Amino acid sequence: MIRAELTKLRTVRGWLFGLTAAVVLFVGSALLVAAGSHMSCGDQACPAPPVGPDGQAVEDHFGFAHRTLAGDGSLTAHVRDFSGIITYPPPRHDQIVEGLVPWAKAGLVIKDGTRPGSPYAAVMLTGSHGVRMQHDYVHDRAGGPTGARWLRLTRTGASVTAYASLDGKTWTTVGTVEMSGPAEIGFLIASPGDITVTENGLGGTSVQSRFTQASAVFDQITSTAGGEWRYDEVGGGGPGADWEKYHRPAGLEASAGRLTLTGSGDLAPVSGMAAVPYLAGTVPALLAVLIVAVLFITSEFRRGLIRTTLLASPARGHVLAAKAAVIGGVTFTVVLVAVVAARAWSTTVFRANGNIVLPTGALTDLRLAVGTAALLAVTAVLAYGLGVLLRRGLPAILLAVLLTVVPYLLATTSLLPPGAGEWLLRVTPAAGFAVQQTFPAYGHVLLPYTPAQGYFPLAPLAGLAIAAAWALGLLVLAVLRFRRADV
Amino acid sequence: MEATIEVSGLSKRYGSTVALDRMTFRVTPGQVTGFVGPNGAGKSTTMRILVGLDRADAGTAKVGDRSYHELVRPMTTVGTLLDAAAIHPARTGRNHLLWLAQSQRIPAGRVDELLEEVGLAGAARRRGGGYSLGMRQRLGVAAALLGDPPILILDEPFNGLDPAGFVWMRDLLRRRAEQGRAVLVASHLMGELQDLAGHVVVVAGGRVVADAPTRDMRDRYGSLESAYLELVR
Repeated sequence: MIRAELTKLRTVRGWLFGLTAAVVLFVGSALLVAAGSHMSCGDQACPAPPVGPDGQAVEDHFGFAHRTLAGDGSLTAHVRDFSGIITYPPPRHDQIVEGLVPWAKAGLVIKDGTRPGSPYAAVMLTGSHGVRMQHDYVHDRAGGPTGARWLRLTRTGASVTAYASLDGKTWTTVGTVEMSGPAEIGFLIASPGDITVTENGLGGTSVQSRFTQASAVFDQITSTAGGEWRYDEVGGGGPGADWEKYHRPAGLEASAGRLTLTGSGDLAPVSGMAAVPYLAGTVPALLAVLIVAVLFITSEFRRGLIRTTLLASPARGHVLAAKAAVIGGVTFTVVLVAVVAARAWSTTVFRANGNIVLPTGALTDLRLAVGTAALLAVTAVLAYGLGVLLRRGLPAILLAVLLTVVPYLLATTSLLPPGAGEWLLRVTPAAGFAVQQTFPAYGHVLLPYTPAQGYFPLAPLAGLAIAAAWALGLLVLAVLRFRRADV
Repeated sequence: MEATIEVSGLSKRYGSTVALDRMTFRVTPGQVTGFVGPNGAGKSTTMRILVGLDRADAGTAKVGDRSYHELVRPMTTVGTLLDAAAIHPARTGRNHLLWLAQSQRIPAGRVDELLEEVGLAGAARRRGGGYSLGMRQRLGVAAALLGDPPILILDEPFNGLDPAGFVWMRDLLRRRAEQGRAVLVASHLMGELQDLAGHVVVVAGGRVVADAPTRDMRDRYGSLESAYLELVR
């Protein structure tokens, strides 16, 4: 029965054309967007961000006062003062104010040298998230008593343990991570840019990041590592902001057991950089697939061919399931080919335009490819189910578009308030688009994690499951209704 | 399995309209059985119920001692021609038969054999949308014969055929009957049936009004046409 349905699908030229069009649209859109993306840094290639120990592109830019730590050891200090400035914050963006951004960081760190992207473990005071232990850019946990200003970092063997304290006497463990090898131990200061989102007219948003600077005074320092405190601006070397030139430069001041560290930057996964846009053709390809999937069944009703089909296979549930399997399976295969082609081709174009290709990881790449194929396959089955229920092509196509493409577009173009958009992406079949989220949302990186920026309210597989539940539900409904009907 | 069709006490209503009212008759192998009656008498409904497309409110309809939906590879038991226009216009005649053959696990070679037999070999690779009514009819017959079934159920098989087509269809049906198959032919063409059918079932208002050998009808009423006009009045 599957074979017969496959033959049916491939022997109508319009449907082959539709499926080919889906591939062409998918690959073509990816190429078009890639070709339209340019990046340049003066007259040389833009430097690629460093890659962290876990494989992500990372930002590794902070002020570092350090000594060499051979073997075991510990560092204890009191954060006497932690303050900073934010340039031109909302609402009026017209003055420089005192204050710390939520994820400004001042604390202690053990790091495998000063090479950007190298492993580290740190305990820190943050602008408004209390004491945190973070390591290797993507890992973050809260801990310690509320209001703690005392920090301690110790290394024993291969583990680094962070502590926090209110009084320097009673210590609470914040966390322990594994880290061995030669290391530098010392103080860190970092202050990420102040992120603001501006709506620019119909359906678009732009994200801006403005310069901030933090400054911390450490005293009551106890260190097992000896020597001078050497200062490095890890990952620095840019021209520097006007504030740094005319008001307060980044750097280290040491006096009478007291260290004052001033700087900007962050230790975090790279944010706000686009991945290769090879999934840009999803919606156009989806439209082509939807039309074929609907016509695959409604044409049988229109011509009375469904009766011939049922004469050949009287088990109606089986017939509908076989057709669903064929349209879903063929869509999956065709889209998988399209994704692979689009990825290879558009990456070349993207890179040739000077863009930086961020590493995404093999598992993510696999999820994006297979997930996108599954998303379109599931949506095709959903459209087909609507075709069985409505028996007429145009209404079924319109309803399928209304259930899948329309919510997605509404949510991702900020035509709706973010709350409503996210709600749509939770309950409608468009939830399946969650499978296309390239980068995870990090709790310790402040960004607008909205659908417009490519972040979805549901986890990839959860979103796909919602779409699949819709498809399955409609299919079951269609089978139940069709099983008892006269045709 | 005995090649018979058995309709027993079949009733069906569409809203307040009675389509079938305890329709009962039997089709035996070895002869063509004519199925005649005015439009709306219930011929097509009976045929659709026989092959499982419609559901009866009461009664049973069996082909070869079974109901249609119990058949495995049903087209190898029952060949059906209900609506020859039911093809996808973009699909070629050969591909139409090909998917049907695949659904019954019939080798593709049989498709070409049949296209030859029904005289469509030359048009086999043309899109069905371009077929004349007669060609569609031939394609529909080919589909019915695909599984070499012992039972044939044909609704107006002469529709759209040219005079040569009439002769061809007549021979084809007669030959199948002589091979010991059960052949049920619904038609308004009394002249054709008079020569072709060994037995006639006359229906009106959803019930059987006469069920007799054609010869008896002719002897009694003079011709099948007179019999029909007399019986359904």
